[in-house]
Amino acid sequence: MIELNNVAYSYGGGELLSEIDLSIQPGDFYFLTGPSGAGKTTFLKLCYGELTPTAGHASLFGQDIRTMTRDDHAMTRRRIGVVHQDCHFLDHLPLADNVALPLTVSDRNDLEQVANLKELLTWVGLKERAKALPPELSGGERQRAALARAVIMSPDIVLADEPTGNVDWEMSQRLLQLLIELNKMGKTVMIATHDMNLIRAAKSKVQARVLRIANRRVQLAGADL
Amino acid sequence: MKRFFNDIMAVIVGDAQADRMVPPTGFTARLTLFASAAMAFLAVFAIALSLASGRLAHRWGQELAQSSTLRISAPVEQMAAQTAAALRVLETTPGIAKAEAMSDEEQQALLAPWFGPDLPVEDLPIPQLITIEETAEGYDSAGLRLRLQAEVPGAILDDHTRWRKPLQQAASRLRLLGFLSVVLIALVTAAMITLAAQAALAANAKIIAVLRLVGAQDSYIAKAFVRRFTFRAFSGAAAGAFVGFLAVLLLPAAQEQGGFLTGLGFQGLSALWLLLIPLLAAIVGYFATGTAARRTLKELR
Repeated sequence: MIELNNVAYSYGGGELLSEIDLSIQPGDFYFLTGPSGAGKTTFLKLCYGELTPTAGHASLFGQDIRTMTRDDHAMTRRRIGVVHQDCHFLDHLPLADNVALPLTVSDRNDLEQVANLKELLTWVGLKERAKALPPELSGGERQRAALARAVIMSPDIVLADEPTGNVDWEMSQRLLQLLIELNKMGKTVMIATHDMNLIRAAKSKVQARVLRIANRRVQLAGADL
Repeated sequence: MKRFFNDIMAVIVGDAQADRMVPPTGFTARLTLFASAAMAFLAVFAIALSLASGRLAHRWGQELAQSSTLRISAPVEQMAAQTAAALRVLETTPGIAKAEAMSDEEQQALLAPWFGPDLPVEDLPIPQLITIEETAEGYDSAGLRLRLQAEVPGAILDDHTRWRKPLQQAASRLRLLGFLSVVLIALVTAAMITLAAQAALAANAKIIAVLRLVGAQDSYIAKAFVRRFTFRAFSGAAAGAFVGFLAVLLLPAAQEQGGFLTGLGFQGLSALWLLLIPLLAAIVGYFATGTAARRTLKELR
């Protein structure tokens, strides 16, 4: 689904990531870890095509990222649900509309989908908050809403950037549980986190692989976690 | 063609959802409305000027095509001799295609509107008229006058076309200027709408980025802006054109026998041209915003 061959990425000055080789298959469950500033977010952006590698070869769903048009990118993003670190909501629209945003912009906002939306909001425990504006939500509510928005298009892959960044342990367990449920439904999941406890908690419930970013490389960590 | 039609329908019908995605920015909305209203107001006068000078050029053109005249005032017993002498002079003058003395009946017909048909014109000492048609090159009127003075002392040459020609040229230039003004106004409107649209796009860069992240295509995002700005350009121009039309109506009417200046107002169905202003503004707004949106969106990822 996502193929990275000898990919490197450098910002203006130095190289941030290099020699990345990774092939993400349907049904995989990945954790992505590493110290902050190591390039976790950059790596995820390479995975959903917001950034183009400065070297190497990347393809999303069999399409070379360098030959993709802007509309191709839009279409790819409908197949990859992303939980952004800072959520990216439209502050003037209520939560329910924000969660339904991917449907709206792809003109799939029909009745069936509206029913789905209600179900989804119940699933993430935000049914009562549907009419609230994003600035009125707590950190945990925002993270859950972001997750709901990431999965509403029923994407093939869910990428989550620090989805438990500013929630307490209990809430992070609930979010993890939601992601594991998605994985059991056949979705590929990748969670970027620096929370080792979260990874350990997941290990008992799901067959997860851990990618560690160190020395600009992305490596598969051993079973020692 | 069908796609174009669908695009137009989409602009008219609109997408309530797309409209909600991007909150309207009050500043750019007012700027666009004001700019297109002001430009439409100016366009009304440019069009009025074009139409009026067009009428003027037409009128003068018609008179130009008429022949000039030679009037002979002489005692009755000399009339025939002087007329014959004048015709001889005219026939030998280069640049004159045709010279013909008017018959009594023709002269009578000319005078009838003023004196009535019953007037015994034959008994009155009315002057003899000779109609002259000039060739394309025209004749030397000063030379002709001198010769006539020597041979037919009672003749007066009236070559009004001589001074109407430059006036007619001026009128058609004026018409061209009016047309040019309309084109300039359209271009300035396009420039202003482009600037306003770019400002609106820049003000909403964050929202656009979010929409892109969740998989919106450029066309979807552009639609919200294009529709809004097209509508603003249209309604602003409609208001401006209406006020301009009222202003033209309030102008004092030109006198019927007012010589060269025909009224600046709209005559008959010519006011229908004004309906084109909002339409033109909408078309300008549609394309200006579309271009601005596509260009701005390309710079975002």
